[in-house]
Amino acid sequence: MNAASHFRDAPGMAPRSIRMSLDGETLLARPGETVAAALLAQSGDATRRTPVTGAGRTAFCMMGVCFDCLVTIDGRPNVQACMTPARDGMVIRRQIGARRLGDQP
Amino acid sequence: MSADAGTAIIGGGIVGLCLALGLAARGHDVLVLDGRDADMRASQGNFGLVWLQGKGAGYAPYGRWSLAAVQEWAGFARRLQDLSGVDLALRQEGGYEFFTDRAEFDAFGQDLHRQAAALGDGFSFELLSHGDLAQRLPGIGQKVVGASFCPLDGHVNPLRLHVALRRACLASGVRLAADTPVTTLRALDRGYEIAGPDRAIRADRVVLCAGLGAATLGPQLGFRAPIRAQRGELLITERVADPLPFLSSTIRQVDEGGLQIGGTKAESDRDSESTDQMAVLARHAVAVWPQLADIRVLRSWAALRVMTPDGYPIYQRAPDRAGAFLVTCHSGVTLAPLHATRLAAWIDDDPAAPDLEAFDERRFALS
Repeated sequence: MNAASHFRDAPGMAPRSIRMSLDGETLLARPGETVAAALLAQSGDATRRTPVTGAGRTAFCMMGVCFDCLVTIDGRPNVQACMTPARDGMVIRRQIGARRLGDQP
Repeated sequence: MSADAGTAIIGGGIVGLCLALGLAARGHDVLVLDGRDADMRASQGNFGLVWLQGKGAGYAPYGRWSLAAVQEWAGFARRLQDLSGVDLALRQEGGYEFFTDRAEFDAFGQDLHRQAAALGDGFSFELLSHGDLAQRLPGIGQKVVGASFCPLDGHVNPLRLHVALRRACLASGVRLAADTPVTTLRALDRGYEIAGPDRAIRADRVVLCAGLGAATLGPQLGFRAPIRAQRGELLITERVADPLPFLSSTIRQVDEGGLQIGGTKAESDRDSESTDQMAVLARHAVAVWPQLADIRVLRSWAALRVMTPDGYPIYQRAPDRAGAFLVTCHSGVTLAPLHATRLAAWIDDDPAAPDLEAFDERRFALS
């Protein structure tokens, strides 16, 4: 369990064996979890900033509806973390504002 | 028995609210009767263009009327922003029409020459080959054979325009009655009775700005009202941080970053989208600007244009008696500045008002 998270592990959960990165730092997940679940388990901090007002947001509905869990995954912007199963080696970046056009970072 | 309103306007869309604002500014007591939320609402489904190029190539009065409108848009936006506190996001820095078909490009070029001949000095345009265009817009797609450009064209956020008009109307003393559909219109000895399922009111004057609803309401007051629906479909994409370096009649970047892609035309009165038309729009956008290929579409919708047989507005006084008017057009955004000023003067029979006989619906009886 991470002190910054609002979530605690239930007893007897499998170990977090999947290693990903979030803006260069290690992010762990259990097999079968979504990227959003891993983000919330690590911290309740903002994982995106909205394009219009810059407000901080993170995963909320966990069912593909609210789009507040958008992150960049393996270079692909505005991916819904709650709809994406965690995979070893994923490179995740917080989504700060609107995406760029073309292949600009 | 005194009337409930000096002037009742049936329809609280962009056309009706512009006229309400104009009549209130002329000192009238104005009541706007707006329909149900689920009614067809071109004002909430449109693309937001302030557009001149190509308009009135075959009908000079419409070209001149549209030219005056785009020339007055900047001042109108300031007036509306002052009254409402809403930023309309008007950008009027010129617009393109892109072509992937050589014959269509050539035909549109001839339309623009005819439009220029009719309009004289106030109008200008450019015709650009693919090569010209590639210098100006290096990201242009290979399939684009050419484009036209008109420096007077622009766009506005149409939802904010609608909100701004409502606020400006309220600030000007207009009364707005929401959720008040009208089904029956009747001429009284003096004035008119306007009735719906919930209530009936009396007004000294009545102006029909009901969009597609005028097709059934108009004949009750002796209007022909030859109006039909034409479906257009739109895509909205995720927001993009980079400014799109152009505005076109089919692709525009909303002020908050998302792209709106549209322009389909189907003769239908059903406002439902179709995946084949959505695909047509997406392919067109990528053909024009290949960098859009991986941009996600977030929403789509279909909306119904309010069309007359020739596509030009109808401004019509009731044939037999004073005080009833039919106002309808499919360019309610572009023409907004005139509807809020000169058309209100015309409703009042002001000697300074323009002669709008060219937009009389009796033109359809001649052919």
